[in-house]
Amino acid sequence: MNTCFKAEKISENVFWVGAVDWHVRDFHGYKTQRGTTYNAFLIIDDKITLVDTVKKEFASEMLERVASVVPLEKIDYIISNHSEPDHSGSLPEAIAAIKPEKVFASSFGAKTLKPYYGIDAEVVPDGSSVSLGKGNITFVETRMLHWPDSMVSFYDRDGVLFSQDAFGMHLAGSKLWADEYPVDILDYEARKYFCNIINVQSGKVLALLESLPQLDLDIKIVAPDHGPLIRKDFDKVLALYHEVATQAPVPRAVVIYATMWHATEMLARAFADGVRSQGMEVKILDLAVCDRSEVMTEVANSGLVAFGAPTMNNNVFPAMMDVLTYVRGLKPLNKIGFAFGSCGWSGEGAKQISEQINLMKMEQPLPFLQVKYRPSDEEMKRAFDAGFQLAEQLCAKCAK
Amino acid sequence: MKSYICDVCGYVYDPEKGDPDNGIAPGTAFEDIPEDWCCPECGAPKDSFSEA
Repeated sequence: MNTCFKAEKISENVFWVGAVDWHVRDFHGYKTQRGTTYNAFLIIDDKITLVDTVKKEFASEMLERVASVVPLEKIDYIISNHSEPDHSGSLPEAIAAIKPEKVFASSFGAKTLKPYYGIDAEVVPDGSSVSLGKGNITFVETRMLHWPDSMVSFYDRDGVLFSQDAFGMHLAGSKLWADEYPVDILDYEARKYFCNIINVQSGKVLALLESLPQLDLDIKIVAPDHGPLIRKDFDKVLALYHEVATQAPVPRAVVIYATMWHATEMLARAFADGVRSQGMEVKILDLAVCDRSEVMTEVANSGLVAFGAPTMNNNVFPAMMDVLTYVRGLKPLNKIGFAFGSCGWSGEGAKQISEQINLMKMEQPLPFLQVKYRPSDEEMKRAFDAGFQLAEQLCAKCAK
Repeated sequence: MKSYICDVCGYVYDPEKGDPDNGIAPGTAFEDIPEDWCCPECGAPKDSFSEA
């Protein structure tokens, strides 16, 4: 085996043996402009244990890193915290090379690994522990965060919490630790990851954060499955998670639009200028160049969300429905919404957006604004006034 | 009244608590929940539930 890939020690008895995916830019529709990592870990104890694996095409990179510490056949256990293929894709290859005594997974994890790969995993119940000899590993289920099978595991000897997708982000790099990256990049990518992956289960996150102290874990290192590891200021990461999961309204607006011949764009700009004239920060996103994960990141970060699109063949312009479907599924809370659009003749677009805003349970204080062809001066003023009024309402809401 | 568990995600419907966010009042037996109700956590249909 080629040995150019080495493991990196993260604590006395634990090594990082993952892979860096520098060039992934589209992660099932999530724009990963900074790439990502798939983190896997090797615990050296009486029972040598591999925690999670990597995406299939990086299997040899992971196995080479493992082999730089210990011959593959010496590994006893494999833990699968989450069976999504970016973490389990290399399991078949790893199992074939390692021939482990046991593969551990949650009850739902075992149910997933079987149809995916034909793997028979041993189920570890929520809260149970397995002795590795000198240290123990404890399993805590985090169902629906973000799959039914999700769990985290804690190695008490070194105080390492293998947190799976929790506290992770898509960020490729040659440094292992979060404290080696610029704070603003970490903050943006952590928020983006949360709102695009976990937002829908914000209530569960808050409950879990509340119950965390009762688990009485002496956490020294948090090792997620994507992005850098955390060895300092974990309390700040917890505070960030608390903030984003609470979804309190923030005095910021975003205008999301699609346009064919610039008429809807004109309304978008007028609305944004109305917001701006209240002194409120506003962003404009054109769906011709902004993807749905960027949209969701801004929606999560805004108390006022305006959606505008043309009508095409008696329906809202398709790119807008894509984004509305995606955002609705992630269940953003505490938003004020507004719908607008231009059409040539029938004009169903703004109405259909407005219906989606209702389904998202956003407040919609103003009726949708539908115009024909190019907006008149009067219609431009209506768009401006809508931005002005709704920004004012949002200010009042945030002050409560 | 019996609790029911979602076979897809493990959510437990407790009839004492109901599912008020989705219009199911506390004290509603699982059998009395409308057929178009679905798991509030994963969206699986009512027939994905079995007795806990």
